[in-house]
Amino acid sequence: MATKLVVDPITRIEGHLRIEVQADQGKIQSAWASATQFRGIEIILQGRDPRDAWAFTQRICGVCTVVHAVASCRAVEDALGITIPPNANLIRNLIHGMQFVQDHVIHFYHLHALDWVDVTSALKADPAGTARIAAQVSPWPNNSATYFKAVQDRLAKFVASGQLGIFANGYWGHPAYKLPPEVNLLAVAHYLEALDWQRDVIRLHTIFGGKNPHPNFLVGGMASAINLDDTATINAERLSDIKSMIKRAQTFVEQVYFPDLVAIAGFYKDWASIGGGVPNFLAVGEFPEGGINDLDKLYFPRGIILDRDLSKVHEYDHKLVKEYVTSSWYDYPGGDDQGLHPWEGETKPHYTGPKPPFEYLQGEKKYTWMKAPRYQDRPMQVGPLARLLVAYGSGHAEARDLVGGVLKQLDVGPAALFSTLGRTAARGIETMMIARRMNSWFDQLVDRIKSGDTRTFDGSKWDPAKWPATAEGYGYLDAPRGALGHWVQINSGKISRYQCVVPSTWNCSPRDAKGQMGPYEASLVDNHPLARPDQPLEILRTIHSFDPCLACGVHVLDATGQTVAEVKIQ
Amino acid sequence: MSLLGPIPLADGETLGEQLARRGVSRRDFLEFCGSLSIVLGLGRGAADEMAKALQAIRRPPVIWIQLQECTGCVESVLRTSEPTIGDLLLDMVSLDYSHTIMAAAGHAAEKTLTDSMAANKGKYLLLVTGSVPLAEGGIYTMIGGRTAKAVLEEAAAGAAAVIAVGACAHWGSVQAARPNPTGAVGVSDIIKDKPVVNIAGCPPIADVITATVVHFLTFGRLPAVDADGRPLFAYGARIHDQCPRRANFDAGQYVEAFDDENARKGWCLYRVGCKGPATFSPCPIFQWNGGTSWPIGAGHPCIGCTERHFWDTMTPFYDRLPDVGGFGIEQRVDIIGAALAVGATAGVLAHAGATAVHRHRERQRQLPVVGSPPNEPGPPPPSAPPTKNG
Repeated sequence: MATKLVVDPITRIEGHLRIEVQADQGKIQSAWASATQFRGIEIILQGRDPRDAWAFTQRICGVCTVVHAVASCRAVEDALGITIPPNANLIRNLIHGMQFVQDHVIHFYHLHALDWVDVTSALKADPAGTARIAAQVSPWPNNSATYFKAVQDRLAKFVASGQLGIFANGYWGHPAYKLPPEVNLLAVAHYLEALDWQRDVIRLHTIFGGKNPHPNFLVGGMASAINLDDTATINAERLSDIKSMIKRAQTFVEQVYFPDLVAIAGFYKDWASIGGGVPNFLAVGEFPEGGINDLDKLYFPRGIILDRDLSKVHEYDHKLVKEYVTSSWYDYPGGDDQGLHPWEGETKPHYTGPKPPFEYLQGEKKYTWMKAPRYQDRPMQVGPLARLLVAYGSGHAEARDLVGGVLKQLDVGPAALFSTLGRTAARGIETMMIARRMNSWFDQLVDRIKSGDTRTFDGSKWDPAKWPATAEGYGYLDAPRGALGHWVQINSGKISRYQCVVPSTWNCSPRDAKGQMGPYEASLVDNHPLARPDQPLEILRTIHSFDPCLACGVHVLDATGQTVAEVKIQ
Repeated sequence: MSLLGPIPLADGETLGEQLARRGVSRRDFLEFCGSLSIVLGLGRGAADEMAKALQAIRRPPVIWIQLQECTGCVESVLRTSEPTIGDLLLDMVSLDYSHTIMAAAGHAAEKTLTDSMAANKGKYLLLVTGSVPLAEGGIYTMIGGRTAKAVLEEAAAGAAAVIAVGACAHWGSVQAARPNPTGAVGVSDIIKDKPVVNIAGCPPIADVITATVVHFLTFGRLPAVDADGRPLFAYGARIHDQCPRRANFDAGQYVEAFDDENARKGWCLYRVGCKGPATFSPCPIFQWNGGTSWPIGAGHPCIGCTERHFWDTMTPFYDRLPDVGGFGIEQRVDIIGAALAVGATAGVLAHAGATAVHRHRERQRQLPVVGSPPNEPGPPPPSAPPTKNG
């Protein structure tokens, strides 16, 4: 007899996610992923100034606080034929690069680690033992017995207070926790240290964008002017601060995050054969190091991997994307079993679920606000693993080196990548790559300034009088959580249509017209254990390995009922 | 005795006093500490120390619920520097529910919430981020199978006070922008029977959020607020009056286009759309991310995100505000206030704006100003500002 189980809310994610499963004899048999929040930001954008769109779409998500703003600027710049100056592109790469690094570290320690790390076990650790383990994997100067003892004392005082706060009702003592107390203490110490670190390194956003979360951007470039001889601009003092932050970011990733990840993964190698799920992967590519359309100069290449075959990277053609609403709370005018390109038709929100409060959504034909994007009718995984596999398949030297090194350290084969553990490891590997690459973007920026080029903005098309009567554009971006696209249509100086296809829409998508599960769902039924249905720790491991971002994933197309022409993409 | 969940305490009572009140003897208590210290791997020798600490420890319970939102406000709090987030969580409060960082999920998370609400009834501080979508019976945001409105009403019922963190909880923010497809409203539109303080901004500065919490914990009440429920310690001054580029405004030194010669001299952003003249916010004073910079400091105009309905009243963001005079601004501030369309707030804006201008003028007398007319005396200073929560 299968057990019906609901996990709602899924915590330690962005947004409101509900997972329902049926489990039998310790294995998950079926799964449903449901997004339970809808905001309608694309409806709100209609009729507004396209130069404002970055600020609206940025508020889709305050965790990936950069990605929608940059994708929006790129879409509007594409529509209006604006080429941003190289300095502005480098500054955006630095901002987005730091977003990746900071976001992935926060995800690992503050959102994902408690799935693998038993906080209470850390109290039983020998701090000297923790220091010995740490010394074997990293030269990080804080890793001393005294330091770990101080952390342990602080934790003991906290636990002894009887008020466990954010750690209350965790699944402590669950048999799926495998780390020795000393490694648990290591992770708890770095959980706290990462809190301080992330606050410091993200100030790069504040220097270029004035604040974080939600730094400011600008269609046509960046608003932060460069002048070495003024106090209110990007000058040597600001550049020096930025360089220090890049160094601190890189050092923490190399000496704390990455060694911790590999050390912890070594105790959970069984998770290298669990939760693989959908075998197809999509990356739109990121970090343009030439012009925005010089696709061969993307640091992370664009492409598609099908059926786990790394020997062939397929080309991505956005026209082959279709979205289904078969299982989603929307209506398509021509029937809900057809798939439509994001621009092809109207979508109306139409809730058909049970009236809240309710207990179950399983059994409902429609069960989520998330739509189901498919590529050539296949579900696709997006995110760090997809990017890394596409890079690996494309012969990317740094990707191959790091992937090879991690597989060797863990003594597992390449098949281990297609798993819950693989997704979590891929995130750490790409963080290393980006943290190192930021140095080159910074050096290029300094070199350009040195050569006398301080331009950060192209104002030639700023004035709406210079815009064509109608225009349409596409902005791609590979965000920390995966492939993102913004599409904009402009009519008489105003937005007539705006659409986003977002990473978590791919990953959290529900069943499509053929009944194919989305990636979360497919991973949960792929050799997936569930030892104690009342303590669904294993479900959290796999769902968190995707780093869900639900506010991003749910959006709506056009609610005006108009027929939309297909957008042309250069 | 369960460790999992806060221990209910009466007002001003420590755990030791509470145990005594409940008839738990000191001997029993020491035995409990002894076994606990062994469970925790600390050895029996730690029992006395633990007993001493336990009897004195009491971290105020805080519950943080997230409704229709983007999590940016939680991210902002993670950036707090005074106190740091680690100090706040481990030493200052007992954050019993926070969707974003709590260990528990699903039923265990909901149990943590209901346990804390029951145990700390009438005593916990409730923080809310996100708006409440009322359209279609509330189906646009559901948590644990319940609507955001139901979750809010239940959590607020037992709260000592409510802090609405960020523009969404304040008034609905981006999802409440025209045409507000989900019928999003703010917390104070739903909760009418107890004090709600609004930490305005999209998101608010981290230190403003934590300072409000610390204010409540330290002084036992919420800070004094303006007519829109915003704490005066943070929102009592207008950006334009505190702006380091104000001297450029007064001197007619404007950025005419981004990255022009004037932008590279850090001149005033008014003509490229700055909403600083119509915005009350501590950005220029506190600055962002530990005092690193702030939007105008990084060359971008203020978008007015601490003001109600800014997505509609302050857009297009790059259009300049009408009728902002250089001097004699105290006569224009009413017009600006009216343009904000915030009803009752306008009077306070004018009030505070005039005050700040007056203060600014005092300073400005010492500043060399290019081509400016002589200063006129300002209006008399106003009496004590209006407050809602006392």
